[in-house]
Amino acid sequence: MIELISADRCISCGLCVKVCPTNVFDGAVGEVPRIARQSDCQTCYMCEAYCPVDALYVAPYADKSVPVDEATLQATGLLGSWRATLGWGAGRTRLAAVDTTPFLDELEREIERSA
Amino acid sequence: MSVGVTVSGAAGPERDVLEADVLVIGGGPAGAWAAWSAARHGAQVVLVEKGYLGSSGATAPGGTNLLYVPPDPVLREAAVADRLAAGGQLNEVRWIHRVLDGVYESLALVEEWGYPFVRDAEGVPLRNHLQGPEYMRLMRRVVRRAGVRILDQCPALELLADAHGVGGARGLNRLTGRDWEVRASAVVLATGGCAFLSKGLGCNVLTGDGLLMGAEVGAELSGMEFSRAYGTSAEYGTVTRNRLLNFATLYAADGTVLPRRSRDAIARALLRGPVYAVLDRADTPDKRALLRRSHAVFFLPYDRAGIDPFRQRFPITLRFEGTVRGVGGLRLVGDDCRTTVPGLYAAGDAASRERSHGAITGGGAYNAAWAICSGRWAGAGAALYARTVGAVRDRRLKPVGRAGLRPENGAGRIDEAAVVEAVRRQTVPLQISYFRSEPVLRKALSQVDSLWPAVHGTPGRGIRERVRAREAAAMVATARWMHTASLTRRESRGMHILAEYPHQDPAQAHRLVLSGLDHITIRPEPVPQGGAA
Ligand SMILES: Cc1cc2nc3c(=O)[nH]c(=O)nc-3n(C[C@H](O)[C@H](O)[C@H](O)COP(=O)(O)OP(=O)(O)OC[C@H]3O[C@@H](n4cnc5c(N)ncnc54)[C@H](O)[C@@H]3O)c2cc1C
Ligand code: SF4
Ligand code: SF4
Repeated sequence: MIELISADRCISCGLCVKVCPTNVFDGAVGEVPRIARQSDCQTCYMCEAYCPVDALYVAPYADKSVPVDEATLQATGLLGSWRATLGWGAGRTRLAAVDTTPFLDELEREIERSA
Repeated sequence: MSVGVTVSGAAGPERDVLEADVLVIGGGPAGAWAAWSAARHGAQVVLVEKGYLGSSGATAPGGTNLLYVPPDPVLREAAVADRLAAGGQLNEVRWIHRVLDGVYESLALVEEWGYPFVRDAEGVPLRNHLQGPEYMRLMRRVVRRAGVRILDQCPALELLADAHGVGGARGLNRLTGRDWEVRASAVVLATGGCAFLSKGLGCNVLTGDGLLMGAEVGAELSGMEFSRAYGTSAEYGTVTRNRLLNFATLYAADGTVLPRRSRDAIARALLRGPVYAVLDRADTPDKRALLRRSHAVFFLPYDRAGIDPFRQRFPITLRFEGTVRGVGGLRLVGDDCRTTVPGLYAAGDAASRERSHGAITGGGAYNAAWAICSGRWAGAGAALYARTVGAVRDRRLKPVGRAGLRPENGAGRIDEAAVVEAVRRQTVPLQISYFRSEPVLRKALSQVDSLWPAVHGTPGRGIRERVRAREAAAMVATARWMHTASLTRRESRGMHILAEYPHQDPAQAHRLVLSGLDHITIRPEPVPQGGAA
């Protein structure tokens, strides 16, 4: 679930408050949002995808909260990694444009043949 | 565009009132396509979404494989034959063709609108997969450009109706705390399915709200026994996209290798202990890179837990999806996805998909195609209907919601958390909803029946409490319909497997139509034009 809003990075755009499907955040445009209902988080990673400055981090655990450290997340490249994978943000190539899903069937057949 | 008016007074709390020709409830793919289609047919459209059009629902966080069959008669006939065989004779040839045609044409539009489909060596676009975040961000743009007014964070709580049929809805704005009312000549329910808050990817907004709202105005449901869906995810995680597990070796707790592509084997092994997977069939850097750029979301739980899923075994589980990757929903009685209630249309997972799918969701590509097509048909149907009935202004519309909204017989405060927990206990376990058997289902049904009075009290006053109380009521209703239908179909057909009746019974090649809330009735309905090829 959602574990981090970095007050240093956040530009208070309010997007995550609006975008979160399960209404986890509180806060008006112009303030740093608060994680108001963490247990309602459905771990869908969408807030991270939309945050323009990579101020959010969603840990992968559905049912437990874990401590996270911003500096470590940044050092390991996890902070902002989903947005980067999606290719969202200036100068990036969108994942959809390099999507390899249409080639999965072929790969499976190849693996079956060589097995 | 509709004008906003604020009304206050004796009628109830202050609320913001809007008028439109068509109200679309839900902003997943079905709702987005419905809103776009209604607007294109000249309607003024308002779309209300519990979360946000772009991030909310079963498609947005991950994505969907799609049925994409070129209009070559041989290929099309083969696809239809496949579907009929899988659908257990409950689907209709004409509807399968409609979906194949509709999705093919619609995906070309998606590309025109700016979705960057990959192309093969000959330059042919490969349109059989949509990355969810990209697709739904695009759909938001398309819907807005069509002139639709989108209200995010605005769950609908109940429909408005009068003697002429449905005429809009009421709900709550979760950001402002204010109530809203949209008066509209036609309503499209596109609220998705019901996954009982099991934390499958994107599914916790899907609590059966539309099914309850529809049933309250007298709409029927169909196919609710085809609701035995579970998705695989990391044991600790939420990402229930399944396909990449075809590249894994699966192990039971005792180290036995499980057969691939067998949900049954995983389910049985999970009853005995943990199940593990490792994507070791992708055994070269090229193969691993290809997997990572396909269903990219699949890797988030492993990368973030410090697990290398290609080399290290990771624990997996099954998360209940109920009707989401099932079939059941509101019964459709026309090509334009109308229900039996005038002015009420249904699309996507909120609708029964039996007419095209039959008794099973199948290879995981039909639902997304159905969401697009049924959305387009419902939007167009609603727009035409709105034109025939004219303005909604002078109608004496009343809110018709009950359970989870309005106290009855002086009942006390609804304990929504307790109800949610209780209904989950009677639906989510594999022993109840996967390994279906009569005694277990009967007991679960009597338990969920006994929860029905518990949602007829007073909801709390907070925003979260009000929404949750209504969601709890919708889940209880959905569970009652599911279990009732599952016990009534005394055979195994499509995705419905009942232990006592392991075979398909030719005498039960009909659909099961449910209606009612306090008292549920169920009747067989012959398949209109025979499914058997
Ligand atoms: C993990 C996963 C993978 C899948 N993969 C595939 C696939 O590969 N191929 C395929 O064909 N299908 C797939 N599906 C199914 C597919 O995602 C759905 O069929 C599709 O999303 C249905 O679209 P929809 O618009 O009907 O519902 P959804 O996309 O679920 O959207 C429903 C919307 O309604 C909103 N809503 C709910 N209640 C209310 C209310 N009271 N008021 C206002 N709004 C409300 C919700 O917030 C949500 O945004 C998958 C599903 C899951 C969960
Ligand atoms: S992960 Fe999803 S549910 Fe959780 S806070 Fe972010 S957007 Fe909301
Ligand atoms: S989206 Fe990011 S920048 Fe905007 S308010 Fe949320 S955390 Fe701050």
